[in-house]
Amino acid sequence: MKQNIIKRLLQAVFVLLGVALLIFIMLRIVPGNPIATMMGEHADPATIERMTAEFGLDQPAIVQFARYLSGAVRGDFGTSYSLGRPVAALMRQAFGNTLKLAFLAALFAWILGITCGIIAAVKKNGLLDRLFMGLSLLGVSMPVFMVAMLLQYVFAFHLHWLPISGVDGLKSFILPAIALGWNSAGSVSRLVRSTLIEILQEDYIDTARAKGNRQMGVLLRHALRNAMLPVVTMMAIQISSLLSGAVITETIFSINGIGQLAVQAINGRDIPLLQGTALFSTAIVIIGNLLADCLYSVLDPRIRKEA
Amino acid sequence: MFGKKKKLMAAGEDVRLKSQIGEAETFWDLMRRLAKENKLAVFSAVVILLFILAAIFAPFLTPYSYKDMDLLNRLSPPSGAHLLGTDEGGRDILTRMLYGSRVSLMIGVLPTLLGMILGAALGIIAGVIGGKTDAIIMRIADITLGFPSMLLAMLIMYTLGGGLMNVVLTLSLVNWASVSRIVRSEAIRLKQNEYVEAARAIGVKKRVILWRHILPNCLPTLIVLFTLNVPSSILTESSLSFLGLGIQVPDASWGLMVNMGRQFLYIAPWLSLVPSAAIMLVVLAFNFLGDGLRDVLDPHQKNQ
Repeated sequence: MKQNIIKRLLQAVFVLLGVALLIFIMLRIVPGNPIATMMGEHADPATIERMTAEFGLDQPAIVQFARYLSGAVRGDFGTSYSLGRPVAALMRQAFGNTLKLAFLAALFAWILGITCGIIAAVKKNGLLDRLFMGLSLLGVSMPVFMVAMLLQYVFAFHLHWLPISGVDGLKSFILPAIALGWNSAGSVSRLVRSTLIEILQEDYIDTARAKGNRQMGVLLRHALRNAMLPVVTMMAIQISSLLSGAVITETIFSINGIGQLAVQAINGRDIPLLQGTALFSTAIVIIGNLLADCLYSVLDPRIRKEA
Repeated sequence: MFGKKKKLMAAGEDVRLKSQIGEAETFWDLMRRLAKENKLAVFSAVVILLFILAAIFAPFLTPYSYKDMDLLNRLSPPSGAHLLGTDEGGRDILTRMLYGSRVSLMIGVLPTLLGMILGAALGIIAGVIGGKTDAIIMRIADITLGFPSMLLAMLIMYTLGGGLMNVVLTLSLVNWASVSRIVRSEAIRLKQNEYVEAARAIGVKKRVILWRHILPNCLPTLIVLFTLNVPSSILTESSLSFLGLGIQVPDASWGLMVNMGRQFLYIAPWLSLVPSAAIMLVVLAFNFLGDGLRDVLDPHQKNQ
């Protein structure tokens, strides 16, 4: 197992380096001096030249890449062109919001998804099963912006239950978290249902029942414990994609998070900010997947022994 | 040569292969079986077909223009004259939906197809040739898949700039990697089959084996992948356009319509919700059809 994990770790480091290089190249293919583009036509040539030197953009690409990489390792992502503040500080501030949003979304998705999944599996082909599976299908096929705007319209605008947008206490995170978690809730419930149905047909479940255990006990102690294995892995992957995929939700609810920062960077053609947010989000996904892999091999004794 | 020497297949494998080939069903047999077994998939196919027809015959289906403004009729709710209401310029929403479906469907199909061709080509090459070529292609795929797909699309759009053709290019570049991974493993599985071994033994050229034996057998997988990738292309495009990074005015796509309507959400919610619902419907239809196709075309995936 150890060897397997080390192999995965090396792979992740390689992918991270590749991603960093790709981001660097993509942001630099755009023709023209980014400083000049950002400052507009009427900027003073001397100022442009001074700022170009200040941001190190007059150096050869190799030097720039080395600087950016060594900075990123130390947590220094340069200074934002448009906001004039260190990118790392901006991201630290934004990450708090994204983290809160992602965890609430995950919580919503898992609680709803697992509950519906269990009920659907136990009442297989029943009315509740059909209802939940229909809903989960809606969950996985509704675009995020649609869910977000519907929630905003109904619960914030019409019913005035919750704030429409902005960050003002935990209350303002409820609607965004539901919007963001909606898709995941759908996929979690489908996965829980299908795994549980498969497991409920296993011999050891019959044995447990034959021994006279109560239904509920068999379900919780024997079936659910085993069904959780793929679900936990999916959750680990989901939390990283929730963290990095909140762009739309953050935009609609005006939450100052990493996603909104990235959109802001694109609109302002702010390369250091875009570079930082892109690298950061991707790193989260890669590390999340790595952890999911490790978690799986730790949790599943079959894989643990095999490797 | 195909890299390492293959061990002879066990006798049991032989039987399994034969039963797999069995009475060879033609494509149309399979489609007939799909129609019989999966009504939902058929219904989805009809829905998709209707959307395609609507996109083609848009000018004949509506008396209105999709770009001429009618300022006296701004933001009017759905009514007899305007079935889905009008937008901030007084334009009929149904008309704009019909014209928007041209872009949205094209964005669903074209980049998926391009990404598929690229991914399939690289995947087959990687799987059949193996060695260093395989390693290089797969490492590039790893890096591409390392990105959250929405972020990668945003980055490429930043580099290329907005517009229809750039969206197509971007989505193709986002799509290819996962396709190449799946096709590669399929190609590796196929090249271990006895008929490939036999073809190789009688001296058939590698290129011919690739075209005649490997590629046609990858087709079922590719068809299923295609149907299942179309909705994700549509969703990514609509998200990009929603953020203002995708399709640009005066082109119209459903995602852009959602974006434009967002500022009127509280006075005219139908502006955003109608195109959102259309996106959802098409995505659902493609997902159902893809699931149905997978069940008939690719039975060994069903059990996985």
